[in-house]
Amino acid sequence: MTRTDNNAVEVRGLVKHYGETRALDGVDLDVREGTVLGVLGPNGAGKTTLVRCLSTLITPDAGRATVAGHDVARQSRQLRRTIGLTGQYASVDEKLSGRENLYLIGRLLDLTRKDARRRADELLERFSLTDAAKRPAATYSGGMRRRLDLAASMIGRPAVLFLDEPTTGLDPRTRNEVWDEVQRMVAEGVTVLLTTQYMEEAERLAHELTVIDRGRVIAEGGVAELKAKVGGRTLRIRPADAAHLSAMAAAVREEGLDGVAGVQAVPDEGVLHVPILSDEQLTAVVGLLGARGFAVSDIGTELPSLDEVFLAITGRQAASVTDTIPQEVAA
Amino acid sequence: MSAATSTAPATADDDGRIGLRGNLRHIGALVRRNLLWIRQDPESMFDAVLMPIVFTLLFVFVFGGAIAGKGNQDAYVNYVVPGLMAMMGMNIAMGVGTGFNQDFQSGVMDRFRSLPIARSSVLIAKIVVEIGRMLVATAILLTVGFLLGLSVSDVPGLLAAVGLSMVFGSSIMWIFLTMGVTMKNAQAIQGMGFLVLMPLQFGSSIFAPTGSMPGWLQTFTDHNPLSSLADAARGLMNGGPVAHDVWVTLIWSAVITAVMAPVAIRRFRTKS
Repeated sequence: MTRTDNNAVEVRGLVKHYGETRALDGVDLDVREGTVLGVLGPNGAGKTTLVRCLSTLITPDAGRATVAGHDVARQSRQLRRTIGLTGQYASVDEKLSGRENLYLIGRLLDLTRKDARRRADELLERFSLTDAAKRPAATYSGGMRRRLDLAASMIGRPAVLFLDEPTTGLDPRTRNEVWDEVQRMVAEGVTVLLTTQYMEEAERLAHELTVIDRGRVIAEGGVAELKAKVGGRTLRIRPADAAHLSAMAAAVREEGLDGVAGVQAVPDEGVLHVPILSDEQLTAVVGLLGARGFAVSDIGTELPSLDEVFLAITGRQAASVTDTIPQEVAA
Repeated sequence: MSAATSTAPATADDDGRIGLRGNLRHIGALVRRNLLWIRQDPESMFDAVLMPIVFTLLFVFVFGGAIAGKGNQDAYVNYVVPGLMAMMGMNIAMGVGTGFNQDFQSGVMDRFRSLPIARSSVLIAKIVVEIGRMLVATAILLTVGFLLGLSVSDVPGLLAAVGLSMVFGSSIMWIFLTMGVTMKNAQAIQGMGFLVLMPLQFGSSIFAPTGSMPGWLQTFTDHNPLSSLADAARGLMNGGPVAHDVWVTLIWSAVITAVMAPVAIRRFRTKS
């Protein structure tokens, strides 16, 4: 990983209106070279508008943004040489085969015919699409299409990659494949700005997080910082004997671990909810139960949902699609 | 785009401009994409292939007798085929708008627009392919025409007539490209296109001489560029005065292109 103190992306006071709606209402953010910034927010928060501004698809109304040192408004052509973009909806030509799609992008990026062919085959191989290379993309599954889309974004070896909700609508297994690919790209030194609605995705991929809502940044920081703010994970413990619930809760409470005071017995479900902030606390709680001789039939951790993060940060429910941005824009 | 004002140290030698060769390469790659579409979906050529056959047969056998006298269809073939050439240019030009609009429904336009290519090359590639489709349609039209007894006295004149139809047709494409970028869906473009094209096509000298039309309509048909194009094509193929109509058609083409091409490119560039 080539982490430096230089920012690959700098955004200052970015504003974009759609009629009366301020889709972006003065956004500031930085992405350090070689890192992944996760931009977290509900539908209609302005995530897509942000990515579209940074990839020069739309022109901001006010504010300034640079990507790899190029100004989005004044140096859009140079900027486009340095970026890759994977949108919320797979931006591949469905009528063309996978190979033809990649070859086309290669040619548009000024590769020679030979190099474009070689690069296409290389990326098909890497994204496990070689077997489907000759089929029209319309016949691909959702995950294959998204992989093809990522491959297309990688042809020009971009310095900065924009991923707009790269796994929305994918099943868990495919989602994992996409995450692995993104991590590989980051390991090769690519800077990534990733928008997502999933806490899990942000935690898995991002070094830093920015939470936006209604076009504004409402929280930012490291993943751990933000998690601490919202209470991190919840440990769910199911005692073998439901009658032990309250005794277990008392035992955990007495131990006086930081944050664990929020321990809660949920008799309806027959489980104990223990908010934990770190792996050490998790180990301590589990160790404690063992030491006291409680029999446990099931145990697991849960990440806070985006809704819970929002509730914790803003004290209100996440904004829904309809009350911030016209449908067309949200799409 | 004032890319030349670049001050970024990383790209001091790169003002972001794309040379002519680069532009041609990009247009070539995009034309190839559209040709692959046709291979993938041959039905998309149906209009270009069937329209000239169906229209020529219909007009020659339905109206030919009435206009030129029973049993005198041959004379009408010579009249209507040059006119149909003008008409088909319009109909294919309309297709460019709907096709382009559908492209926008998928995300692939976003990808093109985020690449370091001149955004106009996407539009120009589309026009190049459609001119190819016009040529196919024209070749079929002429073949059907010859089978029905079309006579051409001047082969270079025929080629000039084909060329003139292409020039005018491609200028009209810019109008439909603009509609393709701005209008919500392909159906709307088609509906709007028919509304505009039908009066233009029938209120012209394409299908029948304008002498029997009422005075007010003649005023319209005389100024209709499609009349000029049809009359010019007739004169070029079978002799007669052409200079005036050729000039009028060329001036119309130049004006439409000069006005609509920048509008289409600008709309495409700034489309959100």
